[in-house]
Amino acid sequence: MLATSAQAAVPSTDEVNTTGLAVTDDTVTVGILHSITGTMAISEIGSVQAEKLAIEQINASGGVLGREIKYVQEDGASDWPTFAEKSRKLLRQDDVAAIFGAWTSASRKAILPVIEQYNGMLYYPTFYEGLEQSPNVIYTGQEATQQILAGIDWAVKEKGAKTFYLLGSDYIWPRTSNKIARKHIDKLGLKVVGEEYYPLGHTQFNSVINKIKLKKPDVIFASVVGGSNVAFYKQMKAAGVDFTEEDPLLLTISVTEDEIRGIGGENVEGIYASMKYFQSLDNPNNQEFVKAFKEAYGDDMVIGDVTQAAYLGPWLWKAAVEKAGSFDIDKIREVFAGIEFKKAPEGYVRIHENHHLWSKTRIGRAQTDGQYQVVYETDELMEPDPFPEGYQ
Amino acid sequence: MFDGYTSSELMSIFAMQGFAGLSLFSVFVLMAMGLAIIFGQMGVINMAHGEFMILGAYTTYLTSGFFQSYLPSLFGGYFFVAMILAFLICAALGALVEWLMIRRLYHRPLDTLLATWGLSLIMQQAYRSIFGAREVGVELPEWMMGAFQVTDLVELPINGLFVMIIALSIAVGVYLLMYRSGYGKKVRAVVQNRPMAEAVGINSAGIDRATFALGCGIAGIAGAAFTMIGSTGPSSGQAYIVDTFLVVVFGGAQSLIGTIVSAFGISQAQSTMEFFLSGSMAKVLTLLVVVGILMLRPEGLMALKVRR
Repeated sequence: MLATSAQAAVPSTDEVNTTGLAVTDDTVTVGILHSITGTMAISEIGSVQAEKLAIEQINASGGVLGREIKYVQEDGASDWPTFAEKSRKLLRQDDVAAIFGAWTSASRKAILPVIEQYNGMLYYPTFYEGLEQSPNVIYTGQEATQQILAGIDWAVKEKGAKTFYLLGSDYIWPRTSNKIARKHIDKLGLKVVGEEYYPLGHTQFNSVINKIKLKKPDVIFASVVGGSNVAFYKQMKAAGVDFTEEDPLLLTISVTEDEIRGIGGENVEGIYASMKYFQSLDNPNNQEFVKAFKEAYGDDMVIGDVTQAAYLGPWLWKAAVEKAGSFDIDKIREVFAGIEFKKAPEGYVRIHENHHLWSKTRIGRAQTDGQYQVVYETDELMEPDPFPEGYQ
Repeated sequence: MFDGYTSSELMSIFAMQGFAGLSLFSVFVLMAMGLAIIFGQMGVINMAHGEFMILGAYTTYLTSGFFQSYLPSLFGGYFFVAMILAFLICAALGALVEWLMIRRLYHRPLDTLLATWGLSLIMQQAYRSIFGAREVGVELPEWMMGAFQVTDLVELPINGLFVMIIALSIAVGVYLLMYRSGYGKKVRAVVQNRPMAEAVGINSAGIDRATFALGCGIAGIAGAAFTMIGSTGPSSGQAYIVDTFLVVVFGGAQSLIGTIVSAFGISQAQSTMEFFLSGSMAKVLTLLVVVGILMLRPEGLMALKVRR
């Protein structure tokens, strides 16, 4: 199906693949590895959809180095050993040229040793706690400083915030994020008046809401995840906290459009989120992306920050392969730094030599319809810094 | 640990936390009542209890959608309709499950554990297929959203009060049913001596089915109530089930009063500790205390004394 006129320009397989990857004269095979069953399916299905959409679009525009992309999809089943096993299978048995996948840090850490051992390449889409940099991973989401620092700076500069209450679910990502937040708040000479963690799936937030009322912080900095969010925002609202009055102001790093669908727009109206992408972003790239996504998966779909970051994976891989003129991981690795994607829905991104993306950080304000309205964005792309000073 | 609070603040804290504890207590009572009836009266551990709750929650979700589309003027009152529907649907499914599955396993009580666990997986997958893997939000009528301002610091959320009223009504209703009605008398007769009960003409199979259906129906009401505070997803039921078992086992499995006492103790302890310690630490300490007491009293707080 690929245009025969381009056939002449297609380089031979011997030339572009010297390490025995699954590349033929017409096709190249990649892997998609997410949880489509188990508790994480709720989050990861959006990523799968975005990755497949990107692959279809790349194929429609002529493929990569003249080859059509085929994919093998495996289910990590929300189980970290399964992620490790499946990544081994994708690399050893299917010889995939790239893996797009993982969502939780736990699943990424499970894949990491396997992918380093067999020299594969993982494109990881989630915003995460940082403190990691692997030659075999491209991180297309934000690391902690890109999400947190800009968010706190915004609250301080624009809203005059002086006191902060840090609240999160009890596992590594919220704890590390809050650690970085606390450090930054200390550095600005401001005050953390409370820090609190609740077990995953916790649904009773009355006590912490009482504490927040008593401490009267200017900002609640929230990284509660999953179903707990529904309970937290509903109970906040029931307790008479009106976020539209910004007293206190709530800044979340975990509630995307996807979560709002479960929480209900009326319960989060007025909260702020620090992300790099919102579905409502007003630029031609994004309008095209949203339209294509809805055409492929239905009008009632919403697109969150991570879904967009997942969409970047296949495109960045294509750009890198074409710059290297080869599918070989080692050759691609040499050209990663500076690879850019101008058609990114979030506007524009570039790969840093530390394998994270330069990207803008934005603050969105939640509306009753479940969408964020962008109220602020950084002027420049933020430099990724996975190892912020003092946390190595 | 009381540092940094003025005495008037401390008063408010105890008032607020007391209320938070009470609303946690109502949640526990709602969760545990259905399980305690089925376990206490029939000896069946219903592992699908959480999934029955979620069925009630989805029923509420559908009802609210229906009212929004077809009867928007009556939206303020949909919740009462949803609760009744949740009870009926869950009870009907409970009766069906009892007839298809549970009644064949009364002689093998441990197998009911496995069978209902399988049932819970089937129900979860059914929800996933029908409603999708993502969580759904249930919109509440305006009047349920506010809070009563008691003092500057003390505020009572209306939906918390509402859950409390539901829990109280159900507890009273179950008490009347079990101890003041002909049906209750028959249930207790069957529990104490099945052959004798049958000999005096009690239809024990019918009693079993009705009791199982009742327990499931109450789970449904609990699920409807939880849409006000929690999330509704295919596997949300799992989040409640551990706490529910904890309450029932701690209370003494055969005793409904024990269930209530244990729900009260656990909720108040947890609520007070949550304020002065961290949320996770409160949970750990509560669990440790419960384990400690269960080591001393393996039969739970209020064991029923029966001649063996």
